[in-house]
Amino acid sequence: MNDFWIILTASLVAINSALLGSFLVLRKMSMIGDAISHAVLPGIVVAYYFSEDKASIFLLLGATLTGVLTSLIIDFLSKKAKIQGDASIGITYTLLFAVGMIMISGWMQGNVDIDLDCVLYGDIALVNMDKVIVDGNLYVGPRAFYIEFLGFAIIGFCLWIGFKGFKLLSFNEDYARSLGIATGRWHYFLMGLVSLTTVVSFEVVGAVLVVGFLIIPAATAQLMTDKLKPMLLYACGFGILAVIIGYFTAVYFDVSITGSMVSVSTLIFLAITVLKRRKRQTKALLKSSTDLRG
Amino acid sequence: MKSSIEVHNLTTAYGGAPVLWDIDFQLPTGQIIGIIGPNGSGKTTLLKTIMGLLDPASGFVKVFDQPLDKVREKVAYVPQRESVDWDFPASVYDVVMMGRYRKYNLFKRTKDPDREIVLQSIEKVGLSEFKDRQISRLSGGQQQRVFVARALAQGADLYLMDEPFVGVDAATENSILNLLSEMKNEGKTVVIIHHDLQTVSDYFDYLLLLNTRLIARGTPAEVLTKENLTNAYGGQLTLLSKVVNLIKQNEFPIREKDSDV
Ligand SMILES: Nc1ncnc2c1ncn2[C@@H]1O[C@H](COP(=O)(O)OP(=O)(O)OP(=O)(O)O)[C@@H](O)[C@H]1O
Ligand SMILES: [Mg+2]
Repeated sequence: MNDFWIILTASLVAINSALLGSFLVLRKMSMIGDAISHAVLPGIVVAYYFSEDKASIFLLLGATLTGVLTSLIIDFLSKKAKIQGDASIGITYTLLFAVGMIMISGWMQGNVDIDLDCVLYGDIALVNMDKVIVDGNLYVGPRAFYIEFLGFAIIGFCLWIGFKGFKLLSFNEDYARSLGIATGRWHYFLMGLVSLTTVVSFEVVGAVLVVGFLIIPAATAQLMTDKLKPMLLYACGFGILAVIIGYFTAVYFDVSITGSMVSVSTLIFLAITVLKRRKRQTKALLKSSTDLRG
Repeated sequence: MKSSIEVHNLTTAYGGAPVLWDIDFQLPTGQIIGIIGPNGSGKTTLLKTIMGLLDPASGFVKVFDQPLDKVREKVAYVPQRESVDWDFPASVYDVVMMGRYRKYNLFKRTKDPDREIVLQSIEKVGLSEFKDRQISRLSGGQQQRVFVARALAQGADLYLMDEPFVGVDAATENSILNLLSEMKNEGKTVVIIHHDLQTVSDYFDYLLLLNTRLIARGTPAEVLTKENLTNAYGGQLTLLSKVVNLIKQNEFPIREKDSDV
C-alpha cells in the first residue's frame, strides 16, 4: 500500500509539472521554472509559521503568490532596470531563497515539520507518515496526495479553460498584444500556476528537483510530436513513466527516490533523442540509396 | 478624406537614443502604402509603436481617427517572420485560427463561422494542401503566407505588414500582390515595410521614407528623388543612382496588371 500511495502522489507531481513545464519549454523559459521553485521558499515558511501544526492548504495557496512576485521582480529588473535577463533571474531567486533560509533557521528551529533538508529534497518516502484518516480509523491516503490532487484540479481546470490563451502567448506574444489581449495578465497567470505546482510539490520532491519534473518530460515530449495537445499528454506520460521506473529502481538499490526518478527521466530523454537521430539517419540512408538506384 | 493612420510628434526609444525622432504623418485610406528606409532606420519600431507594442517616449498615434484600443478589431498586424519560433507544435490551420482569437472569445469554444473563415483565408494564400502540416515543415515563403492568412482571417480594414516579401519567390510575391490589390479594391488599407527599392514604384500608391526621422512622404514620384534617397541612405550612392536612373527611364509606367483593375 505504501508503494502505491507514493507512486500515485509522485505521479500527480509529474502530471502537474509536465503540463506547466510544457509551456515553459515552449516559451524558452525553463530557467524561470527553476527560479520560481526556489523563490517560493519564504512563502512556504510563512505558510507554516502562521498555522500551528501543518501548513493549511489556504496558506499554501497564498505562498503561490511568492512565485508571482518573483516573476514580477524579474520582469522589473530586466525591463525597467535594464539588467540582463538571466542575471535578473539569478539575482531575484537567490535573494528570495536566502531570505527563506534565514527565516527557517531563525523561526523554525525545533519545528519538526519543516527543515532545510525537507525543503530542498522533499520527503517522498515519508509521505505516508502524514495520513488522512476519516471516521476514526479509515485510512484514505496521505495528506500530500490530497494537496497534490487539489493542485491538479486547479491546474487542469485553468489550462483547460485558458488553453487558447496559453497557446497564443507561447507562440507569438506580440501578435497576441496586437489583438488587444492582455498578455501581461496571461503571463502572470501562467507564472502563478507554475508557482502553485512547485508549492504543492515541494513536500514530496523538494525545491531542487521539481525543476527536473517540470522540464525534462516536456522536453522529451517535444521530440515526439508536433501538435500541442499530444505534447502535453506525452509529457505527462513520460513523467509518470519516470516516476514508476525511478521508484522501483530506487527501492532496489536503496538510493534517493526523487533523485532516481529525475535520473530515469533524463535517461528516457537521452534514449528518445538517440532513437530519433537513428530514425532520421536511417531515413536519409534509405532515401539516398533509392536516389542512387532511381 | 478619412485618414487610416495619424502619427503626431512621435518619438520612440529603446532606453538609449531615440530610434524614431519626431515623426509626423497622416496616411490615406484604401491604398497600398509602403514604408522604406535602410536597415535599422526604425521601420519595425514604427509599426510596433503604431500597434501599441512599444510605448512612445512622446507623441501619439490614432487609427481611423481614434485611439487604437477603440478600433483594434479593424487592425491586423503581420510581424516579421523571424519573430517567432517555427518549431512550435502547431499546424498551418492552428496558426491561422489565431487570427480569430479575441479578448472576449479566448475562454470560449471555436465556432463554425470561424472555421469557415480560417479555411477561406488559407485558400486565398494557396496553402490549402498544407493546412494540417506542422509549420516548421514549410518553406520560408509558405511560412510568410501563413502569417498573411492569419491577418486575412482577422477580417480587418487596416493591415500592417512587416516585410511580407522577404524570402518569397517571384510567383508568391505576385500572388500576394494580387491579394493585396483585391483587398484594396474592397476599400482596405495595407501598410507594408519593403526593402526592394526597384519595385516600390510598381507596388505602392503612397510611400513613407524613413531614417529615424521621416525623410519624405507622398506618391512614389514625389518621394523617390535623388535628394530624398541620399538623405535616407547616405553613402551608398552608386546603388542609389542606379535606382534613380531606373525609375527615370520607366517614368512610372502604368503596368498592365494595374490598368485592368
Ligand atoms: N529590442 C530592441 N532593443 C534595443 N534596440 C533595438 C531593439 N530593436 C531595435 N533596436 C534598434 O532600433 C533601431 C531600429 O530598429 P528597427 O528594427 O525598427 O529597424 P528596421 O528599420 O526595421 O530595420 P530592418 O530593415 O533591419 O528590419 C536599430 O538601430 C536597432 O538596433
Ligand atoms: Mg525591421
